[in-house]
Amino acid sequence: MPSSRQEKIRNFCIIAHIDHGKSTLADRLLEETGVMTQREMEEQVLDSMDLEKERGITIKAKAAKLMYKRAGQEYVLNLIDTPGHVDFSYEVSRSLAACEGAILVVDASQGIQAQTLANVYLALEHDLEIIPVINKIDLPGAQPDVVKKEIEEVIGLDAENAPLISAKEGIGIHEVLDCIIDHVPPPEGDETAALKALIFDSFYDSYRGVICHIRVVEGTLKVGDMILMMSTGKEFEVTDVGVFMPELHPVDELKAGDVGFVAASIKNVRDARVGDTITHVERPTKEALPGYRQAVPMVFCGIYPADGSDYDDLRDALEKLQTNDASLIFDPETSAALGFGYRCGFLGLLHMEIVQERLEREYDLDIITTAPSVVYKVVKSDGETVEISNPVDMPPEVEIEYMEEPVVEAQIITPSDYVGAVMELCQERRGNYRHMEYIDEVRVVITYDLPLNEIVYDFFDALKSRTRGFASLDYEVKDYQVSELVKLDILLNGEVVDALSTIVHKDEAYARGRSIAQKLKEVIPRQQFEIPIQAAIGNKIIARETVRALRKDVLAKCYGGDISRKRKLLEKQKEGKKRMRQIGSVEIPQEAFMAVLKID
Amino acid sequence: MDDKEIGIYIHIPFCKQKCLYCDFPSYAGAESYMEPYLNALLEEMTSVGGKLSDYNIKSIYIGGGTPTYFKTSYIGNILETCYLHFNIEDDAEITIEANPGTLDRRKLLDLKSFGINRLSLGVQAWQNRLLKFLGRIHDSQQVVSNIQWARDAGFDNISVDIMFGLPNQTVEEWMDTLRNVCSLKVEHISAYSLKIEEGTALCTMVQDGVVQPIDESTERYMYHEGISFLKDRGYIQYEISNFAKGGRKSVHNLIYWKDREYMGFGCGAHSYIDRMRQYNYQDIEQYIYAMNKNGQGVEHKEYIARDVERFEMIMMGLRLTEGVNKLEFKQRFGSSLDSYYGDIISLLKEDGLLEEDHKAIFLTPRGMDIQNTILLDFLDYMG
Repeated sequence: MPSSRQEKIRNFCIIAHIDHGKSTLADRLLEETGVMTQREMEEQVLDSMDLEKERGITIKAKAAKLMYKRAGQEYVLNLIDTPGHVDFSYEVSRSLAACEGAILVVDASQGIQAQTLANVYLALEHDLEIIPVINKIDLPGAQPDVVKKEIEEVIGLDAENAPLISAKEGIGIHEVLDCIIDHVPPPEGDETAALKALIFDSFYDSYRGVICHIRVVEGTLKVGDMILMMSTGKEFEVTDVGVFMPELHPVDELKAGDVGFVAASIKNVRDARVGDTITHVERPTKEALPGYRQAVPMVFCGIYPADGSDYDDLRDALEKLQTNDASLIFDPETSAALGFGYRCGFLGLLHMEIVQERLEREYDLDIITTAPSVVYKVVKSDGETVEISNPVDMPPEVEIEYMEEPVVEAQIITPSDYVGAVMELCQERRGNYRHMEYIDEVRVVITYDLPLNEIVYDFFDALKSRTRGFASLDYEVKDYQVSELVKLDILLNGEVVDALSTIVHKDEAYARGRSIAQKLKEVIPRQQFEIPIQAAIGNKIIARETVRALRKDVLAKCYGGDISRKRKLLEKQKEGKKRMRQIGSVEIPQEAFMAVLKID
Repeated sequence: MDDKEIGIYIHIPFCKQKCLYCDFPSYAGAESYMEPYLNALLEEMTSVGGKLSDYNIKSIYIGGGTPTYFKTSYIGNILETCYLHFNIEDDAEITIEANPGTLDRRKLLDLKSFGINRLSLGVQAWQNRLLKFLGRIHDSQQVVSNIQWARDAGFDNISVDIMFGLPNQTVEEWMDTLRNVCSLKVEHISAYSLKIEEGTALCTMVQDGVVQPIDESTERYMYHEGISFLKDRGYIQYEISNFAKGGRKSVHNLIYWKDREYMGFGCGAHSYIDRMRQYNYQDIEQYIYAMNKNGQGVEHKEYIARDVERFEMIMMGLRLTEGVNKLEFKQRFGSSLDSYYGDIISLLKEDGLLEEDHKAIFLTPRGMDIQNTILLDFLDYMG
């Protein structure tokens, strides 16, 4: 039974497919409850990283405490904004675990998409009360009735009274607030019991150390308390507790049912992991909250400084990113082609891209990244099993008994016109058909098991281009399966370039080798001598191309007026050359290292 | 008086018709600007020309556009102003660019009478088919008569411009052009590989796919065949695209290639004087407006620092078959070429791209083909 204090609290999150208006709705709710006036508010307050704004995605979870008065009663509505991408599904699940309800935002013109479904299933698994909301009703293509029907038929939720809103235009926002109060159950939990608080996010603050976003499930937390992180066993003294307004606002204590933050001079986010349970050292709870697991990197790539002397700066930058991102891992590695760098592990492709972009933008580093790889299991003839995340580490063929690769269950939602195209793509990518379901007359959910290495390899781009951008994709790693894999090497001028090696399925090696060689021929500029490009499996050459020697690079005319212009042109050309890597006598542009990935 | 030397360039931006490949400041249908342009030009020479009082003028080059499309009397006015304000050496080279189709006996006699002693004729190709394609207004028959008239008028130093690597040009056509031009017995030949410049009509045609650029191997074949053909007939290559018989090299253009000082007048003209490189407004109207308003037409100035100057001397000097003179370099910069560029020089020698003797460093024929690539290595040593 909720206490009378808890009766006035609602903890909820917003879930949606990318671009369906999650962040805009969050902003309107903040504005409507007076947390911010419109003038104070920068568009999309909760998505504060530049990257998040540009991509229209939420990377880190955020929270805000909203005060809403209705019929003389003041309610506390804790909004927890969740990351909106499959790479961060574990973080999403922890945010959901901190709530009792979820607003499901569906675009009135686009209807249900792959991430909508994935998020709804997650929310249902956490027993959340789901409130469907139909957004963007102001757009010309809006079909609220069709979308309502979809929600009812596909998800099985009653959408009869779903608020029809336009977050952008501020239409229907009060209705959403009322629905939250009426339908989301208040939190429960004994304020006097032993402390149990769930960390659903954390970030590093240079003044206070790690700030943990928490939901207090049982007990009470105050400044000065000695706390224990149950998964790591580490102890800290609480220096601050508070709530999100949405900036950090100190309070005396947080009690069962509250959402807020705690700081305790914690130096690294690794010591305050998402999903962990906080309890008191003196009076620990018997059992941690369920569902904690350590994030496991699924995708790896090499990151190298374009200029070798930036190696230290790269390390500093990665360390700084890591203080705020417990799922990023890195280890030094050396490549004959690229010199000294780091092998980095990520939750998924988006996570990888985000880290790469932040290194370039926030730390102003010029980096070269190698093609991403998944983690393969190699069972050797002597019975030993090794995991490899770098093709260079693959043992010689004779020592391999068999290999396994990770497989995902992928859900693709597509207009029915493209079912053929999607299935063809999945078949090409070694997919294993599971089932297909019609959402309505025109849209279909197709489920396939796909090797993760195929997804990492430009699957999403191919899916978008074959369905004119209409299909959406969501996936979850399932398990490992035995697979016939080979290491595909690329030789330039007769020398293997380690950074260009990839692991591919045996049946695809020839086609892949050929297209990589062709792509490299396009991106490697002609030089003073002919450069043979070869693709090889072991000692066997399977494809060959040639970059012809540069025969002419001279300006026929150069008189008085051309001197400065010509010099500047050369200076510009020189800048471009600086960004190239010298491998043996061959100069390779940075994009070549990604070329092995994007060749469709 | 000082013995500093300089060359003068005067730009005449008018043409009867703009050629497909041309990206120079030249305008067709702008005849109404001729007179105000002349006035602005004379004003610039008079006022800015004061800077040149310490200099001896070793060359004057009237280029375009088509200077011979300008009123002949205007050319007279220009040279008159030169004689009045500048110290022109007795044996100065005075060149005018001319296009066949804009010349007659009278005009040539007038030009000669103004003191002009060198004619640079835009022949481009011998085949009327190609001339028409390029947007030229003449045919090859006119070339023959124009040269005869020029000889009759007393011009003993004639240069012709020709082009290879044109779309659809065959090797035979190119060799035929060379044969015919040699039979004219001119003193100097400039043979340019066509460069398709952005913003030209030709460039758009290539982008639209209606014109196919020539393939690189044919283009290089034409170049190398051309060099040896001309050599056999006494025309010695002294620069990437330039050939002279009997030592009649272009005095004016050598100023550029030896990275010496020059002063330009008229729209779009560049100057390099007192370590400053600058250029005037390209647009006729803007140039005239600036001259009238400020008494000068300069749009942009750039100070050439010492290290930039060093690189530019290499960049330009390596265009010449004689290369960069070691003594001249040392006199100019105080230290030897080797002290700055020793490392790269020996690497390029190893690759067979550059050679040196006691006098100079110079590119091999293979080095000439890829001069830009070589210059990038020299750039490493700048700044």
